[in-house]
Amino acid sequence: MSSVKDWAVPNPVSENRSGIIGKNVDRYEGRLKVTGTAPYAYEVEPPSAPAYGQAVSATIARGRIVAIDTSAALASPGVKLVWTSENVPKQAARGERANPRSQRASNPAMGSDAVEFYGQTIAFVAADTLENAKAAAALINVTYDTQPATVDFLASLDQAEMPPGEDDTEIGDFSTGYRESSVKLDETYFSPIANHTQMEPCATTAWWEGDKVTVHTSIQMVKGGQHALAETLAIPSDKVHLITRYIGGGFGGKGQSYDDLTLAALAARELNQPVKVAYTRQQMFQATIHRPAVQMRVRLGAEADGRLNAFSIEAITHCARNVPFTEHAANFSRSLYASPNRLTGHRLVRMDLPGAGPMRAPGEATGMLSLECAMDELAEKLGLDPIELRIRNEPTVDPETGKPFSVRQLVSCMREGAQRFGWERRNPLPGKVQDGRWLVGIGMAAGIRGNFLLPAKAGIRITADGTVTLSQGMTDIGTGTYTILAQITAETLGVPLDQVRVELGDSDMPPAPGSGGQFGAATAGSAAFETGMVMRRTLAEMATGDPNSPLFGVDPTLVTFANGNIALENRSESLSTLIERVQPEGVYVEGSISPAADARDWSQHTYGAQFAEVGVDVVTGEVRLRRMFGVFAAGRILNAKTAKSQITGGMIWGIGTALTETNPIDPRYGSFLNQDMAGYLVPSHADIVNVDSMFLDEVDDKANPLGIKGVGELGICGTGAAIANAIYNACGVRLRDYPMTPDKVLKGLIAKGL
Amino acid sequence: MHTNLTVNGKGHALDHDTRTTLLDALRETLGLKGTKKGCDHGQCGACTVLVNGVRINACLSLVAMHDGDEVVTIEGLASGDVLHPMQQAFLTQDALQCGYCTPGQICSAVAMLKEVAEGQPSQATHDLSGRISLTDEEIRERMSGNICRCSAYPQILAAIRSVAGDAA
Repeated sequence: MSSVKDWAVPNPVSENRSGIIGKNVDRYEGRLKVTGTAPYAYEVEPPSAPAYGQAVSATIARGRIVAIDTSAALASPGVKLVWTSENVPKQAARGERANPRSQRASNPAMGSDAVEFYGQTIAFVAADTLENAKAAAALINVTYDTQPATVDFLASLDQAEMPPGEDDTEIGDFSTGYRESSVKLDETYFSPIANHTQMEPCATTAWWEGDKVTVHTSIQMVKGGQHALAETLAIPSDKVHLITRYIGGGFGGKGQSYDDLTLAALAARELNQPVKVAYTRQQMFQATIHRPAVQMRVRLGAEADGRLNAFSIEAITHCARNVPFTEHAANFSRSLYASPNRLTGHRLVRMDLPGAGPMRAPGEATGMLSLECAMDELAEKLGLDPIELRIRNEPTVDPETGKPFSVRQLVSCMREGAQRFGWERRNPLPGKVQDGRWLVGIGMAAGIRGNFLLPAKAGIRITADGTVTLSQGMTDIGTGTYTILAQITAETLGVPLDQVRVELGDSDMPPAPGSGGQFGAATAGSAAFETGMVMRRTLAEMATGDPNSPLFGVDPTLVTFANGNIALENRSESLSTLIERVQPEGVYVEGSISPAADARDWSQHTYGAQFAEVGVDVVTGEVRLRRMFGVFAAGRILNAKTAKSQITGGMIWGIGTALTETNPIDPRYGSFLNQDMAGYLVPSHADIVNVDSMFLDEVDDKANPLGIKGVGELGICGTGAAIANAIYNACGVRLRDYPMTPDKVLKGLIAKGL
Repeated sequence: MHTNLTVNGKGHALDHDTRTTLLDALRETLGLKGTKKGCDHGQCGACTVLVNGVRINACLSLVAMHDGDEVVTIEGLASGDVLHPMQQAFLTQDALQCGYCTPGQICSAVAMLKEVAEGQPSQATHDLSGRISLTDEEIRERMSGNICRCSAYPQILAAIRSVAGDAA
């Protein structure tokens, strides 16, 4: 296994001789997207005219289907099939894994007559047109035996249990430390259910050729989707060809497949015809995963100088009764601030709701809403500046593992942000700045998000015309993966960027773990780089071993690659000349990356500091963002333009978290109250005023050979808390219940006599 | 039933289901899949197209209502290989990520600038009597029917600004 020492030596990316790394190049697939010609899963042209599938969703939270009348649907025009749990083709039982190496287990659609959540697929129609499918689906009549369901999280906290296989983490003696601290804070914060609300609904186009199915589907993980379908259909995974070239937003919600994939494949086999299935917007809310609600009790004990003596976050969250998932809202805090006595842990309530699952920065996005508010509150109790309080608790090594940090620029982020934002103009006394009917305040929060590297492979082909093609079973969910992989490949091989093609999202390609957990660029990019290095060695040996090459006989380790040429001093030839002469069919190599054996000897994170200015309308309680600025440190930045889009987009997600996004459960039915985009309020253009960001210079040579880290999730970390703190600074109302909607603010304003 | 309409300059005679929306006719019948279906309820703006020069949500409109209409979709904006200035601006400013809302954003932006030039006021127009100044606030307000969950709003503003010029 490799060591991080191998990664620290100069390499083509760190040397960046062509200057392609870090450059603001346009998005690789941007032209296809602005012309509307990038085909998303539902838009792929199947080999013959498709049938249209429509899933029907349950309208109870828990119970059994007693009877289901499909006669009217079957008699409806154009209908080709109607399935319920009684007649859906046989699938493997839930959780079955015939191949132990499958990344995902079987997940059958309509596997039984049991209803486990509102929105679960209970019937499926395929028809000749979309209109006929929808009309027939509306004719299905279901009789339920409804059973009592647990759907009210806050009323079910007494059912909270330790998540399977977990334990609390305690360092030192929290209770004694807390008791003996001179300044204490004990507050509870609430982060509600949130929905990914990707613009593109989940969709699949499927067709069969013999015993092999081709599925174009909208999913973040190629292998995961391929394996889930193979297990569910009880066929070998090489009989599933999964393609996902363009994905209209993922954010964690498309980390897994749903019934659209299974039912499209099953129906295409049954009908011997391509089938297209898309979820409706309502099904996106009800029948995919969501970010679960979290209640967080934060206790901080400090000395008068601000140093933390005791620190605790206890988080209670929920998941579906039979689908374990824990939103680890306390984990981030284990690496954030120094304190000798520490207690963190999670509890889980099993509920009769759709699956809870990962959504952009799972854990951090919710957890930081609590601690980063609590630190603001503690700073006020201590009479300290909130940034100064954080600096006084800056650890020199990871506070729980004792490991050194690979690189940690949190304090630099806060200082740079403070200066650029004008933090010194903040009046520490709340409610002192008024602009007409608006009370104006500013707030900040720190951000932290872990960095990961997973095993991945890639392939590179160079043809005799000099075209370089990188292929990888990776996805680009809008993150810029196509673009940065092209840049890495071009720089590694010393070829112009316009000579590089990138092909992603195909289960036949060398596998990569996909997009998620902020590990995509580091993982896929490092694999592309390592493959480029394999190609360099291959070409160097080819040239130096060929009597017809000007490089014949020279030491292959000394040759250089630049401008599409392979060279040593004044001897050179173009890659296309070399390949055309020696191997005219082209050269293909594969390479791979694995985590270094010693990589986890360092505590590796990305960091940020978020600054927000808000106005609070004293009449209505409405909060309007006035400006927001974030400073981030996330390793080497491969493409300043796409990275900025990513990080700024994350910040705007945090604004939605702080001000508008919530999805309460209707206690009568166990359904989400908001089942569309008029009720579930993601930030709209008019909400977003003057949001900007910057990255600090950084290279993390413990992270991977590229020195890069992820940027997809860092932007949302701490953002909501910065806004909560700005609201407090504006009007003196301290809200601990997200989102901070006008009704809650107004209640606080009235209580203060404003 | 039967409807004649022009899409991107080409005439079409459609025999269609009475229930077919303009959006589904474009995507499923005419194969113009650049117009996206995000919510099918007129809430996200991904299906924005131009009908007789005016932007509408194609999902909220039956194709039967468009007999004789001229429809322009994202596929009709470029001139051959030359992108429409708004398309080029979105590309240059990186005003997109996943790209699913992008065709709707671009169609919306093109029509929005025309609305401003014609003097149509918005919620953000402070002076209803004079010429409308295309402030950032105007652009944000007028583009708020197009949701971008990736949240490329700052770059979308920059792209539109780069096409429209500075506030007059």
